[in-house]
Amino acid sequence: MGDRGLLLEFGDEISREINEKVRRMALASQSEAIKGVLETVPTYRSLLVLYDPMVLSIKDLKKRLESIEERLQQSSFPKPKLTRIPVVYGGNYGPDLEFVAEYHLSTPEEIIRLHGSRSYLIYLIGFMPGFPYMGELPEGLVTPRLKTPRLSVPAGSVAIAQKQTGIYPMESPGGWQILGRTPVKMFDPMRDPPAYLQMGDKVQFFPIHEREFEEWVN
Amino acid sequence: MGQLEAFGVLEPGFLTTVQDLGRFGFSQIGVPPSGALDPFSLRVGNLLVGNEEGEAGLETTIMGLRLKAMREAVIAITGGDLFPTLNGELLEMWRSHLLVEGDMLNFKGVRKGCRAYLALHGGIAVPEIMGSKSTFLPGKFGGLEGRALKKGDILYTLDIPTSFDKIGGRFPTDLIPTSEKETPLRVIPGPQDHHFTELGFQTFRSSFYQVTAKSDRMGIRLEGPKIERRSDVEESIISESLIPGAIQVPGDGKPMIILNELVTGGYTKIATIISTDLSKVAQLKPGDRVRFEPISAEEAHQLLRKQEGRLKNFKESFQHR
Repeated sequence: MGDRGLLLEFGDEISREINEKVRRMALASQSEAIKGVLETVPTYRSLLVLYDPMVLSIKDLKKRLESIEERLQQSSFPKPKLTRIPVVYGGNYGPDLEFVAEYHLSTPEEIIRLHGSRSYLIYLIGFMPGFPYMGELPEGLVTPRLKTPRLSVPAGSVAIAQKQTGIYPMESPGGWQILGRTPVKMFDPMRDPPAYLQMGDKVQFFPIHEREFEEWVN
Repeated sequence: MGQLEAFGVLEPGFLTTVQDLGRFGFSQIGVPPSGALDPFSLRVGNLLVGNEEGEAGLETTIMGLRLKAMREAVIAITGGDLFPTLNGELLEMWRSHLLVEGDMLNFKGVRKGCRAYLALHGGIAVPEIMGSKSTFLPGKFGGLEGRALKKGDILYTLDIPTSFDKIGGRFPTDLIPTSEKETPLRVIPGPQDHHFTELGFQTFRSSFYQVTAKSDRMGIRLEGPKIERRSDVEESIISESLIPGAIQVPGDGKPMIILNELVTGGYTKIATIISTDLSKVAQLKPGDRVRFEPISAEEAHQLLRKQEGRLKNFKESFQHR
């Protein structure tokens, strides 16, 4: 990709297996610390390797990556960490909860239960700082995006779109269906690490009361 | 080290931000590089005032920035020609100048290009956040409180002795990037060039595209002939990484150039502009016309080596001046 990037592709769909391969390759290349490699950026199904062509030729880079790929199965790989995230569902916090319930001919209570009924894999952190793309949602929650995106979605909004769920780390425009809001700060540039969640880890949501939201914030 | 008041902002102009060469290593958590859109110009400006190449300076867009010097300062202005004046007199670009307290610096408007850089000996003192002083506007952090300059701001610099030895130093005229009116931008095809028909790719490489007003530090939207996509592929792809210079083609078939404030995107990328031409991209403004010229990665690397070699020569000769 351009004169400073090499894009490695591992498949053509969103799947746990492909995503894990991407992350395995990212970790293995990072631990190899190849001189001239500036950054490796894993996404759903591809890995972007950014390099400095003044230090490393594309030919040598390809050779090094091929040798890493051959040894990939033996490479160490951390077990995913599970993070539980509190959410106030519905009302002003989750303006689309009622719609999602009606869409599935269900009730808000059932939607809340379903959303917290399993843990989700973080496939990618992207779009904006600290925004986790997670999946897969249970069948009964799969919902299209809003027809017209909102101009402003509050920070902490927990939302769904198609088979995925995510959390808006900061106020921004957005087209996902908002079920609730978490008091947990997803991103803070002054914190180390700045992002609360990491690609490859897992998240499970649990409902809290509005009162508890304020306590969490404080 | 202590800090001193360097400039008072009388008018912030169209858009002025503090930028260094960018914030790297955080794409994986959704943080784009930000940084000067025309890194070559910022690097040269810094060298001219005796700074490290990557020191933070100001990036100002189109017109209107007015600054008042609050102390003696060595500065240089590089990048696009926005008609800079000092106390009303035209100020020569691509060379260093000594300013004294009370001097008025004014960017009157575009004569050529779109973005100018002001480098200051001692740099612009702002906190380093995640390894960089660059402003990331949509993320609201970095630079001066994560925002563009506004009227009444005071810019600080590090309290280091004025380096008089660099005053009057010039960057060689023949090394200053020229921006012709209809700049050809060199690109390396891919990664999704195969999503377009042969005719579509031919359209892309042979047509002129016009820069629209829908352009900012995130990207430049272009208007021109529609690029034909193959009928058996989808319009969007599974979101993946973007880099500055990537050319996305959304559903409407009109290309858009990605700049420094996006990390992921779900549109097909027909090609990526080579590193040495990104400075030209930064100088595009609405109404300008561009065309694209595919080259190989090897050619791009040769051009990069040539540019870096020249810059290194200048740096060495200038430091021993």
